[in-house]
Amino acid sequence: MSDSVDVSKGLPSNPEKATLEGKNKFLGFWVFLGGETIMFATFFGTFLGLKEGTAAGPTADELFSLPLVFIMTMLLLTSSLTSVLAMFSMKKNNFKNMMILTAITVVLGLGFLGFEIYEFYEYLHHGLGYTTSAFASSFYTLVGLHGAHVVFGLSWFITLMIRYSRTGGITLTNAPKFYLASLYWHFIDVVWVFIFTVVYLMSIGGA
Amino acid sequence: MATATASMNNNKSVLWDWLTTVDHKKLAVLYLIAGTLFFVKAGVMALFMRIQLMSAENDFLTGQTFNEFITMHGTIMLFLAATPLIFAFMNFVIPLQIGARDVAFPFVNALGFWIFFFGGLLVSVSWFFGGAPDAGWTAYVPLSSGEYADLGLDFYVLGLQISGIGTLVSAINFIVTIINMRAPGMTMMRMPLFCWTGLVTSILIVFAFTPLAAGLALLMLDRIFGGQFFVPDSGGNAVLWQHIFWIFGHPEVYILVLPAFGIISEVIPAFSKKRLFGYTAMVFATLIIAFLSFMVWVHHMFTVGIGPITNSVFAIATMAIGIPTGIKIFNWLFTMWGGKLTFNTAMLCASSFVPTFVLGGVTGVMLAMVPIDYLYHDTYFVVAHFHYIVVGGIVLGLLAGTYYWYPKMFGHKLNEKLGILMFWLFYIGFHLTFFIQHILGLIGMPRRVFTYLDGQGMETMNLVSTIGAFLMGAGVVVLVINIVYSAFTSERVAVRDPWDARTLEWSTTTPVPEYNFAQTPQVRSLDPWFYEKIHGDGLMKSAEPMDEIHMPNGSILPFMIGLGLFIWGFGMIMLNMENPIMPPAIVIGVGFVVTFGSMLVRSIKEDHGYHIPLDKVKKIEKEVS
Repeated sequence: MSDSVDVSKGLPSNPEKATLEGKNKFLGFWVFLGGETIMFATFFGTFLGLKEGTAAGPTADELFSLPLVFIMTMLLLTSSLTSVLAMFSMKKNNFKNMMILTAITVVLGLGFLGFEIYEFYEYLHHGLGYTTSAFASSFYTLVGLHGAHVVFGLSWFITLMIRYSRTGGITLTNAPKFYLASLYWHFIDVVWVFIFTVVYLMSIGGA
Repeated sequence: MATATASMNNNKSVLWDWLTTVDHKKLAVLYLIAGTLFFVKAGVMALFMRIQLMSAENDFLTGQTFNEFITMHGTIMLFLAATPLIFAFMNFVIPLQIGARDVAFPFVNALGFWIFFFGGLLVSVSWFFGGAPDAGWTAYVPLSSGEYADLGLDFYVLGLQISGIGTLVSAINFIVTIINMRAPGMTMMRMPLFCWTGLVTSILIVFAFTPLAAGLALLMLDRIFGGQFFVPDSGGNAVLWQHIFWIFGHPEVYILVLPAFGIISEVIPAFSKKRLFGYTAMVFATLIIAFLSFMVWVHHMFTVGIGPITNSVFAIATMAIGIPTGIKIFNWLFTMWGGKLTFNTAMLCASSFVPTFVLGGVTGVMLAMVPIDYLYHDTYFVVAHFHYIVVGGIVLGLLAGTYYWYPKMFGHKLNEKLGILMFWLFYIGFHLTFFIQHILGLIGMPRRVFTYLDGQGMETMNLVSTIGAFLMGAGVVVLVINIVYSAFTSERVAVRDPWDARTLEWSTTTPVPEYNFAQTPQVRSLDPWFYEKIHGDGLMKSAEPMDEIHMPNGSILPFMIGLGLFIWGFGMIMLNMENPIMPPAIVIGVGFVVTFGSMLVRSIKEDHGYHIPLDKVKKIEKEVS
């Protein structure tokens, strides 16, 4: 069969795309991310359309604090970097390094998540409930959906790490799995860059 | 229902086999059955509505029931009947036409079916919990808001949300299949047009169903969790829903009609004994239609008051779609021109599609003219227009596809005499029902209203329309009779290619073995099977030696994930019920655990499939040929 790859002399340089199944997953996941982009775009559009609709509730520039969001951004960007480094380790067939870097990614992601929960908690105390105004609903929905993606991405990483911690090696079966989880993580990161710009900077900067 | 696929696993029970199958041919049959059931259900609703409108001030249905019927008729026909029927053919035909053993992700294929099925089931059970959704298939706010619409709308929102996930993952699967799994020599520009339209439709689904998912999520959040998206008093915006819905809704029309174009482009060359005229132009016209379909959504909202500049831009974009569509129409005509035509049922449906679709297109361009649209808006003229596209375009295409691919799918042909009877009943009935509705609309009959007054000159035309609807119904009954009758009386098709057709699916043996092709074929031309019949020895050249064949394992997990989503969705709806029989949180939790638990199992368990040994492949090949 054409989809069997000879690994007796070591892994190929791109283990995630070496098999037909890996190639299919690679392409399919990119298409999926394309769809996700459009879904997020719809929520961004909703936020932009409704952000002036504060209905006597708190407004964006009363609430948002850039230092907090800056820390969150740094955490998530760094986690994306460690995720890339993990993929480099994978391509060099260094399983241990890949696992360590993925673990760091997870820790950074958890840190981000903690700050986000704290942030939502703060806003709630400042009187911005989910049902307060159209601005509140659209803000919590967009940023909360991103947060849900972070939770899913973290669960994915943790599942993979537990599943493969004892097998002790990169195979043509698990390489695509780690690679796709990493791709998903980068996507989450890119969405956050847009949230940082569109939701926080543009609301505070008065654009 | 008998299936033509040779089963390898005789130790499994039939039911378990179908619940766990990941074979694209069996999933196609499942899609076909589910789609037909939904089609019949929504068709019966249409007949009830026509009975209600048969005479002035009729009281056969109450206004509320009528509203529920229009909503369910539209919703089911588009999401739960046309989509799965198209997926049935895409599932069965595309892997065969590109020379693949299966789709790229057989597991995801099954997943798509079961999620779609359980989503449809969730919409359908609304009847038993206080009534179906009643805000029209477009579910405009505030009509669909918690203030004005009951529990039915929650079923609409969550059911469509779930079935949409199924449609989306199936579409991703088709895209990857078509791009990655083509046989050697099957370049993109040698692909049959049905594969091209399948690819483009799948791309449209990825970019159109995701805004729908977002929009439905907003409506759900408004209804169940007190979101304020569409509530103007809290800074929300009701028109936002219309934008999001039509950004999905207009491409949806092309999602459904492009595969129908593809079927027509397969059937007409096969029964004209000519290659498709202007193949390259057809491909590019498909791409242009797909691109423009995202540029025209505001033409559904001309009367909302967005402004003359915006309206004009979208009017021009809308009219521009007439150009690539016109290219297609002429190419079909030129394909038939000078061909050796065979008018069997498939060809009758395919060729009569052309003038019917032109009528729908002409009224479409009429509706695109903004000032006149103010007159037509929300009248029966619009109803007539889109039924010419949907019935005259999509349903005729699906009927053509059914008669054309039936021998390959089920191993026998459908009876031709009954087929031709069905065609004429359906075709005459269709024009009788809908042509006259143009005039009804022009004299001012509003759509979606459950009755009309006496003495306004609408009685006779409505009666004619109802008679036409019953003729169409009779046509469908004849089709069902034909399916049963042919299953018992038709000769088994023993040859590969009963129609003397052109594309690769006809090079497989009938019945198609589980693995489709014992050896991957080498494609040397457009219409590869026809090329080998003329230039080769009448059989496909092989691209690889005969060897053992790798097959995916069946799995119950797709069914479980779908079931979990159903339970989850039902739990979400229970949040809005007044006296739920158990705490909704438990139901939501159970659904959540079933769905994500199944996903976890899938992720943790490495499933490498199995191999059919070489001697068994040889044995099967000997048996079928």
